[in-house]
Amino acid sequence: MGLAKRIIPCLDVDNGRVVKGVQFLDIRDAGDPVEVAKRYDEQGADEITFLDITASSDDRETTVHMVEAIASQVFIPLTVGGGIRTCEDIRRMLNAGADKVGINTAAVFNPEFVREAAQRFGSQCIVVAIDAKKVSAEGEPDKWEIFTHGGRKPTGLDAVEWAKKMVAYGAGEILLTSMDRDGTKNGFDLGVTRAISEAVHVPVIASGGVGNLDHLVDGVIEGKADAVLAASIFHFGEHSIAEAKQRMTDAGIEMRL
Amino acid sequence: MTNLTESDTNQSTVAVIDYGMGNLHSVAKALEHVADEYTKVIVTSDPAVIDAADRVLLPGVGAIRDCIGEMHNTGLVPSIRKAMKEKPFLAICVGIQSLMSHSEENGGVDCLNHFAGNALFFGDNHRDHDGSKLKVPHMGWNQVKHTLNHPLWAGIPDNARFYFVHSFYVVPENKAEVAGTCDYGLEFCVALARDNVFAVQFHPEKSHKDGLQLYKNFIHWNGKP
Repeated sequence: MGLAKRIIPCLDVDNGRVVKGVQFLDIRDAGDPVEVAKRYDEQGADEITFLDITASSDDRETTVHMVEAIASQVFIPLTVGGGIRTCEDIRRMLNAGADKVGINTAAVFNPEFVREAAQRFGSQCIVVAIDAKKVSAEGEPDKWEIFTHGGRKPTGLDAVEWAKKMVAYGAGEILLTSMDRDGTKNGFDLGVTRAISEAVHVPVIASGGVGNLDHLVDGVIEGKADAVLAASIFHFGEHSIAEAKQRMTDAGIEMRL
Repeated sequence: MTNLTESDTNQSTVAVIDYGMGNLHSVAKALEHVADEYTKVIVTSDPAVIDAADRVLLPGVGAIRDCIGEMHNTGLVPSIRKAMKEKPFLAICVGIQSLMSHSEENGGVDCLNHFAGNALFFGDNHRDHDGSKLKVPHMGWNQVKHTLNHPLWAGIPDNARFYFVHSFYVVPENKAEVAGTCDYGLEFCVALARDNVFAVQFHPEKSHKDGLQLYKNFIHWNGKP
């Protein structure tokens, strides 16, 4: 008996529709975000992450309405990320019904924003999203660096040190995405997941690379993740949340069934 | 008044206290989701509305010093105390901590002292029974053991999972008032009950069907243990 590990389906939303992850060239429509969220809620998802990947900020109003619609019908925690740059952005999303907001690029360019946000809204709703890439060569000690712009721009920041800094600034949770793995279906980068999870005292969500249910198990057991996030394996009916939970339970992981 | 109007007998209001500590959308939506046509959910910072309500819900989010400070600043403490004396009253999350005597958060804050006891920090080096390190905050779904029979547990299985996010936990002096416990490195109190007051550490509005059931029970509760 104890705290369960969490499965978090992620909705990448572009122009009001759920799409297959950003890394995929052939963006496939996976439905209406409200309907998809309800389906995952019924299947037993532990939380839902809504990632607004709309390029223009003109459609931010659409996102607010969608978050409102989801939050009125789905009674599990909801995290909203994408384009969160100011305290005003956070306030709007929380008022719309989000429980947590994900801050990504804005944290890299202005770490003080994380401190300000945590002081104003509480650490419990501040998730710092980290996009990391392995930069050490074969045979060298492992080293991961923070990248921005969908993994294209290096920042020179060490991923583990950055995670520690973000927690010190007030992050209540870390959403860690391996940019090497995202979209590959080859599984999480377990090395960076474990390194960060062991370095910080707040929960770490592993993301990027899930291609099958065993990858979720590995993320928790080997990666020491507190939660696992996946998108495409759930969106197109390859696997249900319930199936994923069963596989994890069979592997000895405590889950909410 | 002997002549109750139809609305007096049928209509019931639940006041969700808004003392400026952020988003009450989820709490109000969850209550509305389980409310019948005779129940009205009102998010309010008006003492008169709270005084007139049939039921009162005290939410809580963020740090305790701000919570208690805002309760005082908004002048709502007398209405909160009055409600706790006379009608079904439910406190959630930081709300349960605010009802204790004292919290050690923010360097120590005196709280409303409805329940004798303190809110304590899990600590930076919180460990599981086997010695492994545990994350703080305690975030996610954990099992709640019923330690009292109570109308608010009706229809909720013992050891059902609820959603938690907190770094402080309450330690009441009177163990007979503990209605539920949870295990996270140690067994601690997550629900307190005395007369018409019930308080929980978890978030029913984020706890799916069992959380909604608790809100439903609250809406139909007559305030008797």
